[in-house]
Amino acid sequence: MGLLSNTAVLLQKEIQAEYRSHELLTTATVFILIVIVLFSFTFDPTSAESRQFGPGLLWLAFLFSASLMLQPCFLKERANDTLSALRLAVSDPFAIFLAKLCANTIFLIVTELLLLFVFAVFYNVGVLPVFPQLVLVFFLGSLGIATTGTALSAISSQARMREVLLPLLLMPLLVPVLIPSTEATKALLEKDHALRWDWLGILIAFDVVFLTALWLFGEYLLEE
Amino acid sequence: MSQRIGRPTGFKFTKIEKRFGSLHALRRLDLEIAAGECVALTGRNGSGKTTLLRVASQLTRPTRGEVTFPGMKDGEAPAIGYVSHAVMLYDELSAEENLLLFARLMGVSEPRKRASMLLEATHLASRAGSLVRTFSRGMKQRLAIARALLHEPGLLFLDEPGTGLDTESMAWLVKTVRGLRDEGRTIVMSVHGESALSQWATRAARLEAGALIADTRGGATFQTVFAGGET
Amino acid sequence: MIKTGVYTFLVCALMGVAAYAAFYVAPTEATMGLVQRIFYLHVPSGMTSLLAFLISFVGSVSYILTRKPKWDWVAVSSAEVGIAFCTVVLLTGPIWAKPAWGVWWAWDARLTATLVLWLLYVAFLILRTMMEDTDRRALVSAFFGIFAFLDVPLVYGSIWWWRTQHPQPVIFSSGALDPTMRRVFNLCWLSATCLMALLIRQRYELEESREELRALEQELEAR
Repeated sequence: MGLLSNTAVLLQKEIQAEYRSHELLTTATVFILIVIVLFSFTFDPTSAESRQFGPGLLWLAFLFSASLMLQPCFLKERANDTLSALRLAVSDPFAIFLAKLCANTIFLIVTELLLLFVFAVFYNVGVLPVFPQLVLVFFLGSLGIATTGTALSAISSQARMREVLLPLLLMPLLVPVLIPSTEATKALLEKDHALRWDWLGILIAFDVVFLTALWLFGEYLLEE
Repeated sequence: MSQRIGRPTGFKFTKIEKRFGSLHALRRLDLEIAAGECVALTGRNGSGKTTLLRVASQLTRPTRGEVTFPGMKDGEAPAIGYVSHAVMLYDELSAEENLLLFARLMGVSEPRKRASMLLEATHLASRAGSLVRTFSRGMKQRLAIARALLHEPGLLFLDEPGTGLDTESMAWLVKTVRGLRDEGRTIVMSVHGESALSQWATRAARLEAGALIADTRGGATFQTVFAGGET
Repeated sequence: MIKTGVYTFLVCALMGVAAYAAFYVAPTEATMGLVQRIFYLHVPSGMTSLLAFLISFVGSVSYILTRKPKWDWVAVSSAEVGIAFCTVVLLTGPIWAKPAWGVWWAWDARLTATLVLWLLYVAFLILRTMMEDTDRRALVSAFFGIFAFLDVPLVYGSIWWWRTQHPQPVIFSSGALDPTMRRVFNLCWLSATCLMALLIRQRYELEESREELRALEQELEAR
């Protein structure tokens, strides 16, 4: 009935649906894996090079995968017009966005952590010493990707050529997520395992700005 | 976030216009539906019936004009039930899960009990745990109506609810609509001409190209409204 | 309001004066020589494009709040003009860099950020072409326009910090300007801004006429 309880109910539904079908997680994970393998053919994967190029490749793979994974987010609500049912049922339309972006953040983090271990094995990079810090970086970055991606998914579901449109809109917007996430990840994987709060600060700023913007203007996206 | 009120309410269209790009779906519509009326809305395909229902339920925002709900005080909003062409249900969830989801979202007290009761009433109790994906059109429609009734709405919109229903489901629908009308709820249903469903209407109106061309409120007979509108 | 014809003439005159000043009045820069004069076009264009994007943002927010089509026209007109000035920055950058420093492109903070902005607002225009319904297109692109502009400081910030962390030879710094140079610069900036206003207005009127035509066509069809 309130925003938070509506969000909780919808979040549970999103996770339950994904738990049953595994569609998003499976395809996203396999896609990132393919990208990592393909990228490996483009440079010499010695340990030093991997530490230098690896984080960038990892985050690029995450971004591309996210732009594919976020496609169905609002598209599937159009199939049976469940979006209208939700709009009639919830007290605050922001609950719809909040639930979806929380679910997407969770899905993104799960696939990212899975692939982090694959990355560690492929490139002999030690991730365990800094695992909690990496989770923090992944969380802040994924939150930014999910917030903007969920909003843009609502946009692209109303337009033509939506499969290409979503990445086209999302990628430039996420430059302020790509750079800090890559740099923070790189710093953590270096010998001194530094946690760079300057980069995390930019990520936090990004998340706050776009969450607020979505909260203020999101309901207009759902209008007809 | 106004409080939703379940008592029957009417609504009023004042100079409502709705354009979709170059398409004029509704033209300067003035309409008043009183609480408790059971209105059969008819008209050809593309006449604007669906748009009218969507604007009244506030799913669609009018390009111009105002929708008001007389009888609602400040901070109150009517509890609305909507059944449309699309089933508005999640294929990947079971019947019971669907009802529980919407019941919880709408703050229905004792959601499980209410869902069970509606599943019984719609003869779907035996399939409560089956995924909606496996349902026939008739079963989906019954479940859609159950969803619309979860929060005991005072205002119901049914968009061609009889489409694709087999005889048994249709008979059930007719009985249900009659029952809801007798309970005093306001019902607006779009229909394709006279049918078993429209016989329970207390009022009929015809739309043509987005404008109201006949209304039993305005003196026309049921027959003329359903026949074609011209008196 | 000044009549368009008069205003156009004034802007052209102002641009002429500014160009003359840039070539003949401003002193030649010590290290880079003649090619440095492109700075009088490069930097004002960058500032003007940001101003245009700000106007577009105002248009987007106003449209969402009022739903008056004129704000959508403001949003798209200023976005297009902003992209045009952005393009000037991206073209003059290499023209300046090659003779002066020997490279076509340096991943200089400002230039890189301008490139990202260019991509962002081009995406905005592409979004609009993918939607037919005028009202929905206006609403949806207003939303993206808001997101795009909110991203601007974050793009600049993150790229600038990135460049600070991985220093490269600084290329396009303004540095301390000689007083005459500063006066010429201000003149060029003023003329760029006036040109921007003119172009936005022309584009706005074009959009307004298009809408009028469309409305008339519809009315005809309705009969």
